[in-house]
Amino acid sequence: MCMKDNKMKGITPESTYDQMTPGGAIYGSGNSEFFNTGDWRVAIPAWIEENCKHCLLCVPVCPDSSIPVKDGKRLDFDFDHCKGCGICYKACPFKAITFEKDGK
Amino acid sequence: MSIRERFSGNEAVSIAIKQINPDVMAAFPITPSTEIPQYVSSYVANGEIDTEFVAVESEHSSMSACIGAQAAGARSMTATSSCGLALMWEMLYVAASLRLPITMPVVNRALSGPININNDHSDSMGARDTGWIQMYAENAQEAYDNMIQSVRIGEHKDVLLPVMTCQDGFITSHAVENINILETEKVKAFVGEYKAEKYLLNPEENISMGPYDISAYYMEHKYQQAVSMENAKRVIAEVASEFETLSGRKYDFIEEYKMDDADFAIVIIGSSAGTAKDAVDELRNEGIKAGLVKIRIFRPFPAEEIVKALKNVKVVGIMDKAEGYSNNGGPLGAEVKAALYGNVTGVKAVNFVYGLGGRDVKIESIKTVFEQLLEVDKTGKVPAHYQYLGLRK
Repeated sequence: MCMKDNKMKGITPESTYDQMTPGGAIYGSGNSEFFNTGDWRVAIPAWIEENCKHCLLCVPVCPDSSIPVKDGKRLDFDFDHCKGCGICYKACPFKAITFEKDGK
Repeated sequence: MSIRERFSGNEAVSIAIKQINPDVMAAFPITPSTEIPQYVSSYVANGEIDTEFVAVESEHSSMSACIGAQAAGARSMTATSSCGLALMWEMLYVAASLRLPITMPVVNRALSGPININNDHSDSMGARDTGWIQMYAENAQEAYDNMIQSVRIGEHKDVLLPVMTCQDGFITSHAVENINILETEKVKAFVGEYKAEKYLLNPEENISMGPYDISAYYMEHKYQQAVSMENAKRVIAEVASEFETLSGRKYDFIEEYKMDDADFAIVIIGSSAGTAKDAVDELRNEGIKAGLVKIRIFRPFPAEEIVKALKNVKVVGIMDKAEGYSNNGGPLGAEVKAALYGNVTGVKAVNFVYGLGGRDVKIESIKTVFEQLLEVDKTGKVPAHYQYLGLRK
């Protein structure tokens, strides 16, 4: 699952009890990045780049940090982690984000 | 060497906590354990110890605060009784599964309802499967000694489990007895500094504790706890041996009283063992080969030791100060019989539920138990494998 941290990468569902950390503690931080929550999604946002003013209002409201920003401009969604909550769609004043049922 | 004192069970445990000087004590008052946090908070207020006393709003919070503090790397303690322990329920499992060696005096009291503040073991017996080590004291001396040993047992690297040290509410907690306490420096040297190997406030290492555990890992983590509970048997014995060198007082998983040639025995926990020893003495004077097994450690359960102690008796009475509502006896009865099954032949067993809600247990009460055991031997029949002692009916 989420245990891709350096010290944790040896632990897999095949690991025996004595190869695992006590209580499942994770010796590292930021490990939620390795847990792909995107497959929980039932609705999906889409970025309409030509409408986007790069105001970045959508970025801080995303609960899953799934809107990457580079050089002051947003990029397309990180669909590995976007759970499809639609908050960005509500926050966008420029119709640069659509939000529809995830067809896949 | 040691210091002769007179303390109640609550004060004895509080003195032990003062001598240990834990980093954190988070507690909420509940009868009859209230005096423990009360004493400890006064030691803090008087500057006798530098423990961080956290006055929480409930026992769920006291256990949660201990979990947070211990995870951060601090030696943490609390104390409770009865419904307070019940309110901690959820967090008891969390403490054990996070492998945090929190120590907690439990002053045994009946659970509501009907509401009752007096002693029985229904509170801690209900918590027997939470993954905590459980130690039971017969008197204030044992409560003090167990408290000191509990810290070493839980914190051992092969154990890392929380420990509850139980004593009987009012009977032990409020009765003042002569006891021997150790010099504070000796207690401090015995328990040592708490140095967690992995802890949240370590600036050198990032660590996340208590993550969601999917089905692919959960069973292995539960088995880790079982292995630690098995290791605890070795550690409990080692710590007891070291404590004996320090104090001159010898402790084992069980205490056998006049069991060498006993035909009739009772298995019992806590303060009533003292009363029952007097009953055994009287019966011995009457020529009856009576004996007693007192359980000091209930978790891990000392099955081998019990089998060894009981293998040659004719009839055993197993005394439960808690109902199990299984229609098949109390928790001690169930576990002792499970230990005997397949390991001994010909030992008959009768399970008694006694002393609920503080019902007085006298020498005569225990003698009526032995009378029934003799009757079972004479007739060869067990009239009721499970019954209430002294019930009006």
